[in-house]
Amino acid sequence: MDVTTLTIHAAKDALARGEMTSVELTRKVLDRIDAVEPKVNAFITRTSEEAMAQAVQADAMRSRGEGGPLCGIPLGIKDVICTKGIRTTAGSKILKDFISPYDATVMEKLNSQGAVCVGKLSMDEFAMGSGNENCAFGTPHNPWNLDYICGGSSGGSAASVAAGECLASLGSDTGGSIRQPASHCGVVGVKPTYGRVSRFGLLAFASSLDQIGPLTRDVTDAALMLNGLAGHDPRDSTSSRAGHEDYTEGLLAGMKGLTIGIPTEYFGAGLSLEVEKVIRHGIAVLQDAGAEVKEVSLPHTEYGVAAYYIIAPAEASSNLARYDGVRYTSRDMDADSLIDLYRRSRSQGFGDEVKRRILLGTYALSSGYYDAYYKKASQVRTLIVEDYKNVFKECDVLVSPVTPTPAWKIGEKASDPLSVYLSDALTIPANLAGVPGMSVPCGFSASGLPIGMQLQAAHFAEKTLFRAGFNLEQGLGIQGKQPSLS
Amino acid sequence: MSISKEEVEKVARLARLELSPAEVEAMAEQMGTVLGYVAKLDEIDATDIKPTTHVLDIENSFREDIVHPSLSQAEALANGPDQNGEAFVVPRII
Repeated sequence: MDVTTLTIHAAKDALARGEMTSVELTRKVLDRIDAVEPKVNAFITRTSEEAMAQAVQADAMRSRGEGGPLCGIPLGIKDVICTKGIRTTAGSKILKDFISPYDATVMEKLNSQGAVCVGKLSMDEFAMGSGNENCAFGTPHNPWNLDYICGGSSGGSAASVAAGECLASLGSDTGGSIRQPASHCGVVGVKPTYGRVSRFGLLAFASSLDQIGPLTRDVTDAALMLNGLAGHDPRDSTSSRAGHEDYTEGLLAGMKGLTIGIPTEYFGAGLSLEVEKVIRHGIAVLQDAGAEVKEVSLPHTEYGVAAYYIIAPAEASSNLARYDGVRYTSRDMDADSLIDLYRRSRSQGFGDEVKRRILLGTYALSSGYYDAYYKKASQVRTLIVEDYKNVFKECDVLVSPVTPTPAWKIGEKASDPLSVYLSDALTIPANLAGVPGMSVPCGFSASGLPIGMQLQAAHFAEKTLFRAGFNLEQGLGIQGKQPSLS
Repeated sequence: MSISKEEVEKVARLARLELSPAEVEAMAEQMGTVLGYVAKLDEIDATDIKPTTHVLDIENSFREDIVHPSLSQAEALANGPDQNGEAFVVPRII
């Protein structure tokens, strides 16, 4: 058993047949973490002892005929999701000692199935960033080339799955934070429809955009994970009441009868030639599988980044007001007035990118500017939503690159926030419209960096995404390729 | 678009952030660059367009008013950097 290529569905079957135990599987994954973590640095907090105890429980559950499909499967969790009794930092100094008194709903769901949590994964501070370089606890490295970013903000979630340090992970996606690192690390990443997965216990960044989703080694695993995560939660009033579906159903249906749309705007200036070549090849694979292909247009795509960099910072400036030095662990104990306590605790606790976004958001919401910025951005958002409504009358799935270029070198864009923001131009629109999106490994750059294909579908059409993604994966036949980590 | 240092300082006060002079300078430049880019939105006349704040057609999300177990006082206070077992302690305000 090679845990670096093992999928959840293969592990689940092997566990069910008694070919291995959860304890054996977890031990191997923990050994793998010991071996490669000094190079990858994907974890903020490792939970090896707790994981072994959960594995023992999982084996007991299985022997009693209990536990779900994820029973005994070693998973990693982005450190923005609350885990009872285990610290949750959001990659920030301000929460360096925060221990949540409760589990997020997604953790309750995983725990009730008997899943094993091997640790909390690195991320950009409060999920703000695209390279995982804004983490107070160090930057993880891309397993395919350690000099390169693994992407962000769910960088640790993608790097750990690619490096064999867990079978799958949870991430969160506000403007591409699951799909972009998945693309850069050669794993599958899914941002479900807004509201599909409960966000109770997810530290909020931008509440009208945030969504939790899985990062996995193949599309079947992504469907299995979403089966375990989705569902209405009375504790999250934005969670959808849409009924339960089995996302693994229909994967084998082929592409006949599906129309894939190629959005012209996603193939514009700035798209690297090698990314375009890989994506065009992927489109040909889907066409060979029986899909109808047509050019489509989402004319307001180019305004997505501008609208996003008002809406997301505005919501963040409000959400992050709670980190005030009073309730959550970090305080400047020398402050002698309440206002100084707020100012000094926040200024010492937050990193530069978080400060930048709080300032931008506060500016955009401040008296006299609200109409020009927040209201205007929210109106443009309506136009982007309309674009999607119109385009899904013509096609079932949108197919495009995830990012205009492969991963960049660590440190390369450190002094240029705007160029980093612009790199998310192809993932942001899905968050603004709330539609589901997925990245599926599609090929490699000349220098060997992974390149993912983005698939997007209408609200609650995740099954169509998985069906198309599965066909791409089967048609390409690049699964099982592993980084050498040398 | 340019943002003055005074504007950055004003916004920082509103956001309860304290910035060093070097930070104010850097933020003024970077915020100016980002807001300059955001001005792209001016290309669109959106006067009659309804703003979107929620992407799904969820209206009021009601539930029965039933008391469920919740955090104990001790659990709720546990992460406070200064607390006395009953409340979070802050510097005197009056």
